[in-house]
Amino acid sequence: MARFSAANEQLARSIVSRYPLPKSATIPLCHLAQEQDGHLTDDAMGHIAELVGCTAAEVLGTASFYEMFKRHETGTYCVNVCTNISCLLLGGEELLEHAEQKLGVRPGGTTADGMFTLEDVECIAACTEAPALQVNYRYFHQITTDEFDQLVDDLRAGKLADEIPPHGTLGKVRQEIPADKVANITPPEQQTEPVWIARHRLAAEAAAPAEGGES
Amino acid sequence: MSERPRKIEITDPVEITVDGQTVTAQSGELLIEACERAGAYVPRFCYHPRMEPVGMCRMCLVEVDTGRGPALQPSCMLPVTPGMAVDTTGEKVAKAQDGVLEFLLANHPLDCPVCDKGGECPLQDQTVAYGPGESRFVEEKRHYTKPIPISETVYLDRERCILCDRCTRFAKEVAGDPLIHFAERGAQTEVATFPGEPFSSYFSGNTVQICPVGALTAKPYRFKARPWDLEESESTCTGCSVGCRVTVQSSRNEVLRFQGVDSDPVNWSWLCDKGRFGFEAGNSEDRLGEPLLRDGGELRPARWSDALTAAASALKGADADRVAVLGGARLTNEGQLAWARLAKSVVGTDHVDAQLGDGLPAEVVLDLPGATIDEVCAPGGTVLYLGPDPKEELPVLHLRLRHAAVNDRVKIVSVSPVATGLSEFAAADVHPRPGETAVLVAALFGGDVPSDGVAGVPAEQVLAARELLSGAQDLKVVVGRQNLAESAAVMVDAVAAVRAAVPTATFLPALRRANVRGALEAGLAPGRLPGRATLEAPGSWKDAWGSLPKSVGRDAEGILTAAAAGRIDVLVLLGADPLSDFPDRDLAAKALDAAGTVISVDPFVNASAARAADVVLAAAAFGEVAGTTTSLEGRVTTLAQQVTPPGTARADWLLAVELADRLGTDTKVATAEDLWAQMVEGSAAHAGASTEALADEANVDGVLLALDGSGFTAPAATQVPPQNSYSLRLVVNRSLYDHGTLLSHCPSSAPLSREATLVLGPADAESIAVTTGSPVKVTAQRATITAVATVVDSVPRGTAVLHHNLADADADGVDPGRIVIAGEPVTEIRVEAG
Repeated sequence: MARFSAANEQLARSIVSRYPLPKSATIPLCHLAQEQDGHLTDDAMGHIAELVGCTAAEVLGTASFYEMFKRHETGTYCVNVCTNISCLLLGGEELLEHAEQKLGVRPGGTTADGMFTLEDVECIAACTEAPALQVNYRYFHQITTDEFDQLVDDLRAGKLADEIPPHGTLGKVRQEIPADKVANITPPEQQTEPVWIARHRLAAEAAAPAEGGES
Repeated sequence: MSERPRKIEITDPVEITVDGQTVTAQSGELLIEACERAGAYVPRFCYHPRMEPVGMCRMCLVEVDTGRGPALQPSCMLPVTPGMAVDTTGEKVAKAQDGVLEFLLANHPLDCPVCDKGGECPLQDQTVAYGPGESRFVEEKRHYTKPIPISETVYLDRERCILCDRCTRFAKEVAGDPLIHFAERGAQTEVATFPGEPFSSYFSGNTVQICPVGALTAKPYRFKARPWDLEESESTCTGCSVGCRVTVQSSRNEVLRFQGVDSDPVNWSWLCDKGRFGFEAGNSEDRLGEPLLRDGGELRPARWSDALTAAASALKGADADRVAVLGGARLTNEGQLAWARLAKSVVGTDHVDAQLGDGLPAEVVLDLPGATIDEVCAPGGTVLYLGPDPKEELPVLHLRLRHAAVNDRVKIVSVSPVATGLSEFAAADVHPRPGETAVLVAALFGGDVPSDGVAGVPAEQVLAARELLSGAQDLKVVVGRQNLAESAAVMVDAVAAVRAAVPTATFLPALRRANVRGALEAGLAPGRLPGRATLEAPGSWKDAWGSLPKSVGRDAEGILTAAAAGRIDVLVLLGADPLSDFPDRDLAAKALDAAGTVISVDPFVNASAARAADVVLAAAAFGEVAGTTTSLEGRVTTLAQQVTPPGTARADWLLAVELADRLGTDTKVATAEDLWAQMVEGSAAHAGASTEALADEANVDGVLLALDGSGFTAPAATQVPPQNSYSLRLVVNRSLYDHGTLLSHCPSSAPLSREATLVLGPADAESIAVTTGSPVKVTAQRATITAVATVVDSVPRGTAVLHHNLADADADGVDPGRIVIAGEPVTEIRVEAG
């Protein structure tokens, strides 16, 4: 429930500095905040607004557009059960109902121990592997109810900790770019003409005298 | 809604065909505008002529053929191109409009009978005109908690919202306060504020006016009337001196609402919330409906004949040199002329000042070449801004300046002691030490810049600002009072510095009180006569008025000083409240206590009247008197009488004429028009502004007075003592919502005034070890006050800010009036942790 920690604030500032316009860093910073707290808190959105120079309402507007930014307490594992056509035909609804009973929460709910948030989602692009579900966006294909129980037990027991990091965790590679790998940022007003536009312009200029000659 | 046909000048004509008719449009113009001018109104919800188009609502679909066959296109997103053929009424278009409305109504509740917008609702009207008779949507509509307050004054009903993006665009594009934004997505999309961060914009009321449905409603008007019961007339807002055009709407003799009118040279349909909801003061129960006389220490209701006799006999019995008149900047032009004549000719005193030590001398306002708002905001121009924070004092001027800087490439060089609302979009924003503005301004135009800077401004900032000004063609200067803790002479010196460097510069005076310009034009200033005449060169006024004062009188400071010394026998307060408004409250209080008879002409018993008035003449207020007013740029516009005054309250001009009569002068005035006719006859600058001219259709935006002032001569420069390194220089600012008489009688706006605190920069705060919320002790030459500190990055080192008139005048208030000494060039204070 908080603003960025000192370390994350420093990281956030470096992320902001990678963009010509600070506001472009809004979404990366939302990810960072979600990684820190497991979900995107109001305080974090306020802090992001300060860092990118906009209002908190604008951060909320952007963040709320995206499903994957959770603005409420979310379990360590976010379980998304697909109930779209393919999965529905192959038992997705039954899988969801089983999951509800196993976890004891309705879709959208979080278990009392804060381990699981269950979600009923639309197509997750695994129709060939129906019924499918995701845990923190990692796929589990052709899941049976028994396999589901096993999965939950394994997660609770920490057996999958290496494969499935807690909700919100981001790839470190993208966040912390070594200094020698940072691309130079050219502010928009200092950017040179893109090659394809230059090519077009040169072609147009080459054609112009010919047209002039005809008239 | 009050929309005027928009006039545009066609410089680059494009021929298009609209419904078979050939129409000439301006190249680049949006099709929706071209169609409307051609008489083919295209229905719309999201399009607003003063904002960028977004194509959200799809209601303006028309069939357009640009040579590739006809296709439905949103006319608000399509610039005209030569040969474009447009069908706005065909079968396909009608089907599209029908379909769009059916979609919009799928979720829109049919609660028109209980909706405030019902009767003036674009969705309702357009559904009747273009929509389906019935909906095929039988499912449950979406539901939300409603209404929810999104600010102190604005309520949001998300069920009614059709997501046109008008309010959110307004907040971002026009007001620059993007505190409302679309949240969620798809069918769940809603307008939302951030939790704990309400839409507390000074301009929030505009979103209510532009909402095309009843989704946004304003607390002061909710459930007060139905649109078909409202009577309206066009008038000018007198909340400040910008002169925004409004329609005043009333029902059963009570003003219920203001709506902004799109006056192209002035307010572009926008109003600030203080102005928009300011009508509440007129409806206050505290309004005076009868005159009062002090009887045994108490003000008691009296008969008009007794009150007028008391006032007249006080004036008659006094030596003219011991009579003074303060105020008048809130009256109509006619009232000002009538009072100017009463004071200067009938009574014969020149101790008359419409400003209360918080303005600029008349010669700065009248005798400098003038610039209009449009000229200041002309695309590509350069503006030197030497005025007060426009967001706090002249909010709609702030919107115009913001638009000019953000959209029209106007470079604003803002010079102010602390950051203002302009800072975020000014091309240069420099903060000289209080009192040293003139030194800095001179340095902006040339001369050596020492490496340690000028007047506390770093050298590189001075040079950067100089660079911006150096190429300026037609420099425009906005000048006002930036700091009530320094004397007006500081700003006069700054003006002189500009004049010395750029003789062609033109000036827009940024004074706050509604008709202060009119007051000066009417001669309510020492040494002045109406129509920019002076006592030395009275022109035709000598013959018209008979006698004139023999010598130049005192200004507000002089009047109050004389009164405090017991040299004023009759003090007339024309809608003035020196106790609240004069920067030196201590002097104002002494003056009121020591003055002989105090006559207050006011719609309320203000603080000064309550303390000292012997006679209170109940005056009619805004919306109760017809007449004219003059805006800061010198634009004369009409004021409408929409309701009758409470009780027997009378128009200001009538009181002056009545008193003149009792003093034996027949002013030959029977109506307000008679007074204005005298003004127009006696003043060359007013020649084009006759009552007939103002009624002319061509002058709907009013008439500009001649702005050819040339008589300004620079006075000797003020000597500002060097700053003591242990002390801070005080800045006294105004804020939009203060404890002024009118505002405190507006139930919606009064609670919005901020807490009075001492505002410090981080460096100074650190040096005395205080943070936001710490108690501090502020010691000045005259008094020590205690306050709570607020630490803000935007306050420069060596400076501290107090806000004017935010605290009540009790002993413990954080009131700069207790430490500011009138006439001192600057105010030095010491701040300690307390």
